[in-house]
Amino acid sequence: MESDLSVSRRGFLGSMVAGGVASTWPADAQRAEAASTGAPPPVQTALTINGQRHELTLDPRVTLLDLLREHLGLTGTKKGCDHGQCGACTVLAGGRRINACLSLAVAHDGEQIVTVEGLTRGETLHPVQAAFLEQDAFQCGYCTPGQICSAVALLDEIRAGAVSAATADVSRLAPAALSDEEIRERMSGNLCRCGAYPNIVAAVRAAGGRRAA
Amino acid sequence: MRAFAYTRATDVSGAVAAARDPDVKFLGGGTNLLDLMKMGVEHPGHLVDVTRLPLAAIEERESGLRLGATARNSDVANHPLVRQRYRVLSEALVAGASPQLRNMATMGGNLMQRTRCAYFYDPTFAECNKRVPGSGCAALQGYHRMHAILGASEACIATHPSDAAVALAALDAVVRVVGPGGERAIPIVDFHRLPGDTPQLDTNLRGDELITAIDLPALPFGRRSHYLRCAIATPTRSR
Repeated sequence: MESDLSVSRRGFLGSMVAGGVASTWPADAQRAEAASTGAPPPVQTALTINGQRHELTLDPRVTLLDLLREHLGLTGTKKGCDHGQCGACTVLAGGRRINACLSLAVAHDGEQIVTVEGLTRGETLHPVQAAFLEQDAFQCGYCTPGQICSAVALLDEIRAGAVSAATADVSRLAPAALSDEEIRERMSGNLCRCGAYPNIVAAVRAAGGRRAA
Repeated sequence: MRAFAYTRATDVSGAVAAARDPDVKFLGGGTNLLDLMKMGVEHPGHLVDVTRLPLAAIEERESGLRLGATARNSDVANHPLVRQRYRVLSEALVAGASPQLRNMATMGGNLMQRTRCAYFYDPTFAECNKRVPGSGCAALQGYHRMHAILGASEACIATHPSDAAVALAALDAVVRVVGPGGERAIPIVDFHRLPGDTPQLDTNLRGDELITAIDLPALPFGRRSHYLRCAIATPTRSR
């Protein structure tokens, strides 16, 4: 148990990020700096993240992943490979799962972004989060936020009738059954170096069944 | 990463006009371009985002089906008319990348992803005729079991990674583009270039041209077509 004086790693890192945000240059200063050095101008953008609107002035190079983690302190979304291969950075943009690492933040102007922090309703876990706990669907937990965001989208996609490489007949428009083959294929954009795959499949299956009930 | 300017195109003619500057590149889903920029392989000074142009529609036409250039890979793969009339294309699209990447990647961008190999992707290898014309090819004497068997040259043995392009070739697709001189149509088999002695040129699209759509002709056999990928890891289909 933590005493009142202890500082958790997460709390410490969080406070450091908050300090970083407070020292962000004002937009006017950024523009003046850009003009004096010949650097391209920063871009005004507004994103709604987990229901909260953020108006930002950003260097266009900032990825959506770095915006979340480094600028806004939302460290639930993880940086794994930073090349779109591991899925640790998976978030929902306009309800669709994407790799935040290969996406410029400014390109999402006006969009609704949901991260793992935005899945709970108050103190109530999202059914996919609850299923991951119940099925012990992780070991170290680093890939878990991406796995969970991906699974949330997967269940929406299945309901909407989306196909996958495991779908036997793509010309049949009825939703595919949530078979283990479909779950494995549809979760293949999320790697787990601990190898928790069997329990991840069980968690997605359980969450899918529960939501259908 | 080199600093770049970012602007959002609001109409096709404006995007084409901006691309007269050779330092401009169009940004679609960014799944390949942004990755290459992180690696220092691509370094445009200005990205023109074309994803908000009105080019995302998938429309039935008398002559077949028109796929808008900014339609996302997943939207095309899941479209009922693609699934029923052009099965090979739906199956090829879901054979590639991951669900996340397919939600981001556009159809035009799928064709414009670079023909590539691991040596091209890594600037610490000085030899790459694609990156630095005339510098040689590190892959020829390197680890190259994943490289080209057909169509390669002495200058380059990289391959184009698109599964969808293979299906589009089988379907006799036509790529519609617009440039300063107006529109033109490029049959898909003439769109990508073999490396020859100019492997730095992946396609026959000019730098100031923008892909607006991919047209699929009406083809009776499309309903019975399939895509079968032979790869080290192939998913099991549900029975």
